[in-house]
Amino acid sequence: MTTLTLAKAINEGLRRAMEDDPKVLIMGEDVGKLGGVFRVTDGLQKDFGELRVIDTPLAESGIVGTAIGLALRGYRPVCEIQFDGFVFPAADQIITQLAKMPLRSLGALKLPVVVRIPCGGGIGAVEHHSESPEAYFTHTAGLRVVACSNPADAYVMIQQAIRCDDPVIFFEPKRRYWEKAEVDTSPEAAAGWPDLHTARVVRPGGDVTVLAYGPMVRTCLEAATAAEEDGRSVEVIDLRSLNPLDTALVTDSVRRTGRCVIVHEAPVYSGFGAELAARITESCFYHLEAPVLRVGGFSTPYPPSKLEEHYLPDLDRVLDAVDRCFAY
Amino acid sequence: MRTDLHVSGRALAKEDLLRHYRVMRTIREFEERLHLEFATGEIPGFVHLYAGEEAIAAGFCANLRDDDYIASTHRGHGHAIAKGCDVKGMMAEIYGKATGICHGKGGSMHIADLAVGMLGANGIVGGGPPLVCGVGLKARVTGTDQVAVSFTGDGGSNQGTFLESLNLAAVWRLPVVFVVENNGYAESTAPRFHQSGIDVAKRADGFGLPGVVVDGHDFFAVYEAAREAIERARAGGGPSLIECKVLRYYGHFEGDQQSYREPGEVENARATKDCLLLFERSTVNAGIVGEDELRAIDKQVLALIDEAVAEAKQAPDPVPADLLTDVYVSY
Ligand SMILES: Cc1ncc(C[n+]2csc(CCOP(=O)(O)OP(=O)(O)O)c2C)c(N)n1
Ligand SMILES: [Mg+2]
Repeated sequence: MTTLTLAKAINEGLRRAMEDDPKVLIMGEDVGKLGGVFRVTDGLQKDFGELRVIDTPLAESGIVGTAIGLALRGYRPVCEIQFDGFVFPAADQIITQLAKMPLRSLGALKLPVVVRIPCGGGIGAVEHHSESPEAYFTHTAGLRVVACSNPADAYVMIQQAIRCDDPVIFFEPKRRYWEKAEVDTSPEAAAGWPDLHTARVVRPGGDVTVLAYGPMVRTCLEAATAAEEDGRSVEVIDLRSLNPLDTALVTDSVRRTGRCVIVHEAPVYSGFGAELAARITESCFYHLEAPVLRVGGFSTPYPPSKLEEHYLPDLDRVLDAVDRCFAY
Repeated sequence: MRTDLHVSGRALAKEDLLRHYRVMRTIREFEERLHLEFATGEIPGFVHLYAGEEAIAAGFCANLRDDDYIASTHRGHGHAIAKGCDVKGMMAEIYGKATGICHGKGGSMHIADLAVGMLGANGIVGGGPPLVCGVGLKARVTGTDQVAVSFTGDGGSNQGTFLESLNLAAVWRLPVVFVVENNGYAESTAPRFHQSGIDVAKRADGFGLPGVVVDGHDFFAVYEAAREAIERARAGGGPSLIECKVLRYYGHFEGDQQSYREPGEVENARATKDCLLLFERSTVNAGIVGEDELRAIDKQVLALIDEAVAEAKQAPDPVPADLLTDVYVSY
């Protein structure tokens, strides 16, 4: 066991993946010499060379497009997008090429590309630097979409994402980059780790299910602790994978608790929570004691720092939704 | 005492010279002060300082009219000041206050003021160049003689949007000028790692528009190149690309460790080719401007920045309800 920050855990996971497979490459703006703006690729160019950790021109569409070409020729590129908002210039290649080629080739082409995206707010940055663009990608068939929430998980998830033969959009909660936890970096631990596309109950409870992913998992765990003082037993599920979704684990939980609150940073309107709420309603209708409720950002561009605390879902907003669940 | 300075045979009157100096000094003081204030932790978010590059914003905007437009970058304070944005409003904006030029909703990276033709700083590198094509097309189609100028960095000149815009503007002969501020780095990465060809200006050849390189530290060199390109655009002669070679004095953003720099790089530039230094030398040596006159401007600028900071600190924060306003126009 070693104590690692989330950023360092991903760094270690990338290092392990590069050691295990010479076809793994890293590419992005300032990822080499600098080690990335969040230092997630720190030291990797020094150890693996400029051909495997590539500083690219400032051209996101070109970065992802090149990665697709590399993947077509047998490599496993990992692209870093510096901040969430900068994935939009790359959205063209991701949506029109990356997501489509396996089907276009009737499955003959594998595209093991990972696009790493630091996401979400909470660091006092503004629009383009604090966004939660996951729903754009979950909406696109052909992409796997995952979000890590803690160091131990992130360490393994990044390796699993790289090993996956499909494109993976890999979200990293940037405001949690500096949070530390114990990480078991032994090969045995990684081998026994749950699959990339499974959800996980991170806190068991019986009264209400709270679904979260990425940065909001910790917020929901804190809310669950606070709710316990009011005598409410909150089950918190870290979805980990948004596409595909671990529907079985989610529906089992909601059928047991009869109540469900979904929490994400992205705006509620047409957010990923809408998909979850619809699915849960479809599959758990007779078990529900209350409508499925959603907590999330407002329909506004991400605000600057003085307003972001009002924008971001916090403990109180989660608890308020939990209370409202019990009002039915 | 002489009363004007000749640049390529054209006279720059003393009062204009003093005005241009004031613009550059205001930008410098604004940025130097932000550098200090940021270190106290009071300023939220990211701040990218323009210090060292003042001659470019000043040189271009000196040739623009109030009804011309500019599109800026993430490093936009200098462009905004030179185009005439309110300095106090900008400072309050950077402090995130309700009295800011965008009511505290934009911050450093999204300062905009349409009233003075400032289309906005931009958090997306490469976001600006296409916008000036539209502004230019409008001017061409409706027959106004307005001009639009976009600023982009060396890094930004590699975005597809920039290259698409060169083509669009050339094909449609738009009254647009593309300025590339080549300050030696895209964040931490030097051009030799990210830029094909030594001069971005050469890319203009392929699109059939004039491209020139100028010393971005030299106000008069910038001014002259800007004048020529802007006059040509205004007269219907189409777009130009001007690359200004320059150095930024501070990190990519405040807090940047700058491990990528050559030793002595900034000190050397400050001592030998600082735009204010060069400007002062040529105007004072030519006997047009007195040192005392420049020092008087320095003093006024300092007082303005002092006031701007003091007022920004005192100003109220936006309130939560502000979150949901201005997303759509009302109807
Ligand atoms: C689309 C996009 N990609 C990446 C970034 C992150 N970023 C901000 S500034 C910058 C470097 C820009 O370099 P350059 O264009 O040379 O401008 P400079 O900072 O040197 O003024 C990068 C990579 C961004 N803001 N937008
Ligand atoms: Mg640059």
